[in-house]
Parts: sequence; C-alpha cells; structure tokens
Amino acid sequence: MAQLVKKDDDRDEEGVHYLVCYLIAKACWSYSTAEYSPFLGIEKGAVLQEARVFNDPQLDSRRCSQVITKLLYLLNQGETFTKIEATEVFFAVTKLFQSRDIGLRRMVYLMIKELSPSADEVIIVTSSLMKDMNSKTDMYRANAIRVLCRITDGTLLTQIERYLKQAIVDKNPVVASAALVSGIHLLQTNPEIVKRWSNEVQEAVQSRAALVQFHALALLHQIRQNDRLAVSKLVTSLTRGTVRSPLAQCLLIRYTSQVIRESGVNNQSGDRPFYDYLEGCLRHKAEMVIFEAARAITELSGVTSRELTPAITVLQLFLSSSKPVLRFAAVRTLNKVAMTHPMAVTNCNIDMESLISDQNRSIATLAITTLLKTGNESSVDRLMKQITNFMSDIADEFKIVVVEAIRSLCLKFPLKYRSLMNFLSNILREEGGFEYKKAIVDSIVILISDIPDAKESGLLHLCEFIEDCEFTYLSTQILHFLGIEGPKTSDPSKYIRYIYNRVILENATVRASAVSTLAKFGAMVDSLKPRIFILLRRCLFDSDDEVRDRATLYLSTLGGDGSVVETDKDVKEFLFGSLDVPLVNLETSLKNYVSVHAEIQEPSEEPFDINSVPKEVKSQPLAEKKAPGKKPTGLSAPPTGPTSTVDAYEKLLSNIPEFSSFGKLFKSSVPVELTEAETEYAVNAVKHIFDSHVVFQYNCTNTIPEILLENVSVVVDASEAADFSELASKPLRSLPYDSPGQTFVAFEKPEGVPAVGKFSNMLRFISKEVDPSTGEAEEDGVEDEYQLEDLEVVSADYVLKVGVSNFKNAWESMGPDCERVDEYGLGPRESLAEAVSAVINLLGLQPCEGTEAVPSNSRSHTCLLSGVFIGNVKVLVRLSFGIDGPKEVAMKLAVRSEDESVSDAIHEIVACG
Amino acid sequence: MVLESEESCPSIKNILLLDSEGKRVAVKYYSDDWPTNSAKEAYEKSVFTKTQKINGRTEAEITMFENNVVVYKFVQDLHFFVTGGEDENELILATVLQGFFDAVGLLLRGNVDKKEALENLDLILLCLDEIVDAGIILETDANVIVGKVASHSLDAGASLSEQTISQALATAREHLTRSLLK
Repeated sequence: MAQLVKKDDDRDEEGVHYLVCYLIAKACWSYSTAEYSPFLGIEKGAVLQEARVFNDPQLDSRRCSQVITKLLYLLNQGETFTKIEATEVFFAVTKLFQSRDIGLRRMVYLMIKELSPSADEVIIVTSSLMKDMNSKTDMYRANAIRVLCRITDGTLLTQIERYLKQAIVDKNPVVASAALVSGIHLLQTNPEIVKRWSNEVQEAVQSRAALVQFHALALLHQIRQNDRLAVSKLVTSLTRGTVRSPLAQCLLIRYTSQVIRESGVNNQSGDRPFYDYLEGCLRHKAEMVIFEAARAITELSGVTSRELTPAITVLQLFLSSSKPVLRFAAVRTLNKVAMTHPMAVTNCNIDMESLISDQNRSIATLAITTLLKTGNESSVDRLMKQITNFMSDIADEFKIVVVEAIRSLCLKFPLKYRSLMNFLSNILREEGGFEYKKAIVDSIVILISDIPDAKESGLLHLCEFIEDCEFTYLSTQILHFLGIEGPKTSDPSKYIRYIYNRVILENATVRASAVSTLAKFGAMVDSLKPRIFILLRRCLFDSDDEVRDRATLYLSTLGGDGSVVETDKDVKEFLFGSLDVPLVNLETSLKNYVSVHAEIQEPSEEPFDINSVPKEVKSQPLAEKKAPGKKPTGLSAPPTGPTSTVDAYEKLLSNIPEFSSFGKLFKSSVPVELTEAETEYAVNAVKHIFDSHVVFQYNCTNTIPEILLENVSVVVDASEAADFSELASKPLRSLPYDSPGQTFVAFEKPEGVPAVGKFSNMLRFISKEVDPSTGEAEEDGVEDEYQLEDLEVVSADYVLKVGVSNFKNAWESMGPDCERVDEYGLGPRESLAEAVSAVINLLGLQPCEGTEAVPSNSRSHTCLLSGVFIGNVKVLVRLSFGIDGPKEVAMKLAVRSEDESVSDAIHEIVACG
Repeated sequence: MVLESEESCPSIKNILLLDSEGKRVAVKYYSDDWPTNSAKEAYEKSVFTKTQKINGRTEAEITMFENNVVVYKFVQDLHFFVTGGEDENELILATVLQGFFDAVGLLLRGNVDKKEALENLDLILLCLDEIVDAGIILETDANVIVGKVASHSLDAGASLSEQTISQALATAREHLTRSLLK
C-alpha cells in the first residue's frame, strides 16, 4: 500500500488506503455473488461489431469460433436480430467457408441453421455447401446435407437430389442418417421428390448400422403410409428379419399395431395376426422395446385377458424397478388399462400399494388412482388409511385427481360411504385452494344425492365446513343446497344454528343466502316456523339492503308479519321452484325492459312478465366447452350460454305489425344458406317457429356494387308442405350493395302440431344499374328473378334446447307412462363420438351432464338429452350407443315426456333422419 | 392418416439445460407448441418450479404436465430436461436425456457445472445439434455423440497431400456444380 501512495500526508494516505481496500473488497464481492460467466455483460451491438473479424483476410479461426458462440448465445437467450442485422451476420459468416478449420466449419453450419436465411441468401452458400456435401471428410458431408436440406426449397432440391440419393446409401452411417432424416423433413414439403428415393431407402433399411436402419424405416413408412398393402408387407418382412436398434424395433411395433388395427380380428380362431411378434418383443433386452410392446398390447382394440396377461406381467416387474421413469411408464399404462379391464390389473395391487410412498409424487398419484379403480370393497378401508398420510404432501392438482377417483369409488361401493365420507370431510378441514375445496364439496354433494344413507352425515360435514370457510362462493352454494335438503331430514332444527351463525358472522353475500335458507326451513317445517320468524325479524336490522329486503320478503310471504297463513303451494313454488329461464336471457330481457322505459322517460304501467323471457339455451361456442371427459360436478350451475340472438329476433319480429299477433316466439333456427358462396346475391334463411305460425326470415346481401335491388321479396311455393298456408309477405324496399336486409314470409299451421314440409324459394326483385361515379341509381329498373335453394321445416325445429341440472331425478319424476323405447342401427360411422354428435344435432336437444363427450377408445356410450317440445312439453331422452368392430353403430333411444305423441314425434325425427 | 404416422415416429419437443435458478444455459425447441420467446420462458419456469422438490440426482426423474411428459436429471448447478408429447414412450425420452447428460459429462471432462458449461458453450450447442434434428432423434449413444462433436480436435488430421488432393477435387466438383446450377 505504501508503494502505491507516495504522499506524506497521513490523512491522505489513510483515505487512499481505504479507497483501495474498498475497491478490492467490492470486486471480490461482485465476483462471488454475481457468479462468473464468460458472457457477463454481453451486449448485442458489441458482438455484432466483433463479427467484423469474419471479414479479415487472415482469419483467426479460434477468434471467429468464439464470436459465433457469442452470437449463438444471444439467440439462445431469446435475443432477436433485425432483418438487416441477420443479413449482415449471414454474409459475414459465409466468408468463413474459406477457413479449413473443422471446428469453425461446424459452428458456421450451426449459425446458418439458426439464421434460417431467405431464398436469395441461400444461393450464396449453396455452392459452398454442395462442395462440402461431396467432401471427403464425413463430418462435412453429413452436416452439409443437414444444413442444405434445412434451408433449401424445391427447385434447389432437384439439383441436389442425385447427391442425396447417393448419401442415403453412403457407407458412413452418419452421412446416411443425415440424408435419411433430411428426407423425413423434406417429405412434408416436397413429397413427390422424396418418394423417388424409395429404392435407396429400402436398401438403407437393411443397413447394419443401427440408427441408419431406424431412420430408413421411419422414412420408408412415411413414403408408403397411404399404401396399406405395402405397409403390411413391410411389417411382415421385418417382423421376421432382424432389427438392430431398439428405436427401430419400437417403430416396427407401432407400425405393427397400425396393421393390426386396420386388419382387425377376422379369422374364427380368434388369433390376432402379429400378436406373437408383439409378445416376443416382451422378451427383448432393451427396456424401451419391452415397454413399447406391452403398451401396444394393452391398446389393442378388444384385447382379451389372455392377450393382456403377458403384458401386465412385464409392467408389474417395472413397478418395482429402481428407475423412476420405468415405474412411471408402467403405472401410467396400468392406470389406463384399469379403466377398461380393472380385473386384469388387480394382480399388481400389492406393488401398486408400495408406490403410494414413492418419492416421485406423479407416480404415487397414478398408483393411488389406479388402486381406487381396481380396489374391491374389502380393501377400501385400508386404502383410505394409506391415502390419508399421502394427501398432506402432494400438490392441489394431484389432490383433485384423487378426490375425483374417490367419488367414483364411493358410487361404486355405496356401502362404504361412511369411510369415504369421513375421508372427504377430513381433507375438507385441511388447508387447500379453491379448486380443491370445490372438488371435495362437489363430491360430497353428489354422494348425498346418490346415497340416501349418506345424507345426514354429509350435510353435517358441509355445515361444519361453512363454519370456517373462506370462499364466499362455496358458502352460498352450500347454504342453497342445505335449504333444499335440510328440511327433509329427520331433525331439521339441528342445522338452524349453523345457518344463523352465517347471518351473524359472514359478509353480506353469505348473509343473504343464509336468510333465504332460513326461509326455506320455515316454509317446509311448520314446527320451526315461529322460531324462524324470530330469526328473520332480527335480519330486518341488517346493515345490507339485500339482506334486509330478503328478510322482509320472506316474512311477508311466509306470513311472519302477524297474519296466520299456512304455507301454500305458491309460496313453496316461489321458494323452491327453479328459475326455468336461462339467466342470461333473463338479464337481456330485463335490460330491454328497462331501456325501453328509460327512453320514454316514464315508469312503466305494465309489470315485467317473466313469461316473455325466451327459454332456449344457446349452444356454447366450442372454446367454452368443458374439457372432454370431465364430468360436470354437483354444484356448478347448469351451463348457460352467452347472450343469445333470440332476443334480437324477438325484438325484430315484434316490430312488424303483421306478425305481432302470433304470440310468443318459440324458437328460431340457425341461418340456413340458400345460395352458394360467392354468388351475386347471398341469401340465408332463419325459421321462426310460433305456436300456430311459422315465419321465414330471408337475410339477403347484394354483392354487386353496380346494382341496386328494389322491392325484394321471396316467392315461396309450399306445394310440398301441405299443412302450411301462406299468410303474409313483407318485401324489402331496397337492397343496396353490401348492406344486408331482410324480407319475411309468414305461414299459418295447425296449432301445436309439429308440421313438416319442404318449401321452394324464388328471389324476386327490380334491379337498377348504379352509376359508379355518382352512386346514383337509374330511374328505370328491370324485373328479375333468382332461384334459391329449398328450405325445409323439420321436427327438430320444434324442439328447444333446455337443460336440466339433475337428469336422473328429472327422468324418474317424469315416470314411464309416456315412455317410448326403440332400437336403431346407424350403419358404419367414423367413430362413436361422431355418431353421438350426429344424433344430438339431429334431435336438436340439449346434452346434459357433459354426456355429449365420448371418451376416446370407448366401445359404448350413454348420452342424456333434454329439451322442450312445442306446446311447452318437456322431453327427456336417454341414448345408449354401442360400436362394433367394423365401426357399425347401434343405438337404443328411450324417450320420456309428458305426452306420448311427443315421445313418438322424437322417434319420428330419428326414423326419418 | 398423415397425422397418425407422423405421431408414430418418436419425437422430441425440446431439450433444456437450465441452471440452479432456472435460467437458460442452452435450450433447443423442436415443436411449435411454444411459438414465442415468452412462451418458452414461461414453460421453462414452470418445468423448473415443478421439478424443484424432487432430487433428480441419482436417477432420471419424470413428471407430466400440460399434456407433455418431461424427463429430467440434475447434477451440480445444472438441470437437464427433455420434453415429449403425452403419448411418447417414456423410456425413449429417458434414453435421449441420458445420451445428452452423459455426452455433456464427457465433453466437460467430468467438471459438469454451469461455469464449465458456459465456457464450453460451443461444445454444448454442437452436442444438442448431434442428438436431435428438428425433433427426430439422431443419436443417443454418448460416446458417438462426443465423437462427432469433438472430431474437430483432429482438424489437422488431414495430411498436406491429402488436403491438396481433396482441394483439387473440390474445385473440380465446384466447377461441375456451378455448371449444374447455371
């Protein structure tokens, strides 16, 4: 230090001394915390500057390699180059082809691939790469092929095709693989070229090099994939020959499964072609092959237990492997098998149970859910004990899976409800997020609804839960449920305490629900009434409007204001009856009601009529649908659609005086196109169904700028629709270019009858030419006609999609009096799911409880539908589907409704469709 | 049909090498599932957090999320991941992971940590390039991979005479190909 500082002044020296120490300390500190990295403080601009060394006449290959590494590092970290920067780097990099340093060349290849140059840039490097492709150095050949094929386009490909074909059969395996893999990629963009290489590829399949065989097999199969016979031949010859690499063996197993799938079991002996090959692979030395074969066997369609056994045996061995990946693969596969063949998996139960304590929680969760599927009644208690220990240390997402599995187990063994219900109530008390808690509550609710014995204990568990529940949504849902189920129990009074505690302790939303629940108890249980009144009167002093309003309302409807009233049917209907209109529809109707009166600025004389709210549930857009296979759960509200177009139609029609006497609109169809796309006049039609009328709304668009249409109408010929007689037609005065307009035709039909028929349509109008410069139409026009497609009114037009929240209850309360059951063959269909959705669309009913989703690979499916038939007749439909080997689908259709003619009409729809 | 057979070839969606804080050392994506850099970073973050609790230091571990199967292995401050689709054979993915893991170990001569990896980033990137090509498995044997990556240390191997011959040949070919290209 003294050497550094030559000053005599003590203080000064001391100051400098401190400074130096401080700097050293700081440097050390930053070295140790911000750990050392060769790329510390790297900056794009600086590196791009550095890239100028690529242009040096005397190349320093080491330095150049370093700069490329830096550039690649930047790209890898997510940095992007502008077009100009990328081009500059690209051109600079091409200079490096001069260097003969292999290491640098490799980096150049990488850089070119990362930059993915444009077509005109590619030309610059083509000749260099082609030179490398024919180099003596194998590394150059292999890599140049991969780079060139990555950046090339079709035209260049024909020029290098010859070299690629040679490369495929090159004696160096790296070169051959490079060409084959490139072929696999190029097949997507230039199939016709790659298909010409099949002779060479075929030769490569026989290669002694393991990976060349793998790549060649993959490419050959892709070339021939559309030729079933060729694939079958390929599989036949290879399954007899030798396949060297485990990867190629896995491929062959997949192709074999495909051949089996397509050929089916068509011989009487029941032997499956190639099954022996798959079974033989179970004894292969590579684990990946054994597993691939075992999995393939479990996925065979219509697999028998005899076929399954050897596969299950090897998977069982994997369960006790020391490798987590093997255990996971095995338990995941067995979990799938358990869905279709639970008995086949029971042998593995002991191994599976030891996996509950697996360090890897994914494995443990799969093991538990498998056990829950395969477990028998006697093992339930033991299983629950093990799961309890396990639950505390897994994430919520796994817990939800377990809760769902327990729910289905409980439904399978209703006698075991006690221990399962206890388990659910225990985990309900523990920490957990909303989704998890909701899954538990939903499960308890479903168990209560399905297992009568479980009701009392289940309700008490829910009551205890709301004593300390942080989720307002769950509290209100439980209170609502309690109001319906609680009064029906043997001792309703014991629930009152829990409910009234909510009024004292909770937020306004929960308090309001608690008031409603109290009122329900009061309405149903006469002995509790006086006490309920006392509690409700206390609520009159609540700080919240809604709570006070509800208390006042219920006190007056239940007669708590002093008058002696017996709770009559109307009140019960008011308290318990479900709102039979979708909430969104109610909301829009109320908004309309309010806005109309706001316009004329005076309060309405006429009260709002709830019967004016349309009842149709609009189908939800696809994106909002629940994930397939996910069962809807207890408390979730029945699906409600987005704002419907029904209100818009209703508004439109009610504004037309001719139609105002038709009454309430029952249903409007989706628009049916009556013209081809891109015609001069685009017309589609909407069918509006009333009780004894039908209105066709023709939406017309004029697509010719030079023409103005006037006096547009549709002439309808109803000769093939005997039950309909034309009543009125409302023409459209003018239809300018590109501004759609509507014209209407109304028909009378027998009241409440689902009359059907076919209508032919002719668009009639006066066409006038428009001066393009002024936009004004000429005085005189020409009368003209334009033939449209036919429009049909079918039975499904008389059906409204209205869901029910509990199908089973609805079905049973409807009773079998007007039930009609029949069976139908649907012929060969693409898949079960396709058949199900076709029938749903045909019937035009609302699928309930998520039963429209068909799990993949299932052989049978039950679908529940509900709706309202014209004349306000409720209809419930239970569809059972089965699919047979060659995709023949059969269907049993059971219909219940309040009117047997309606049940028949539903069958009619299917019989005619 | 086309889709089915595309699926039937084993494919890799990405290979990730992250540090002990989940930051990138080197990553390579082969699938369009993560189209933007932020989507990629989000994926890396969730993979990293989901696998933190498990000690993947002795054997390769495995998990499943977002319809993907992820196999992983950790050493020092480096975290290795390989992702495949949910229907992929888990053992194939594990083989790719092991190939990558062992190859990096050989290339870094046993000093497998973040600092060493960054200092030899060129080797790591070349290694990735030799394992998977646009999703298709090229090679899984660590020794072969290392052989291909490290071959440039023998760059002077070509003798002078050989060089001149090959040079002459190359120029001849260049003339040929140029005329081909017009």
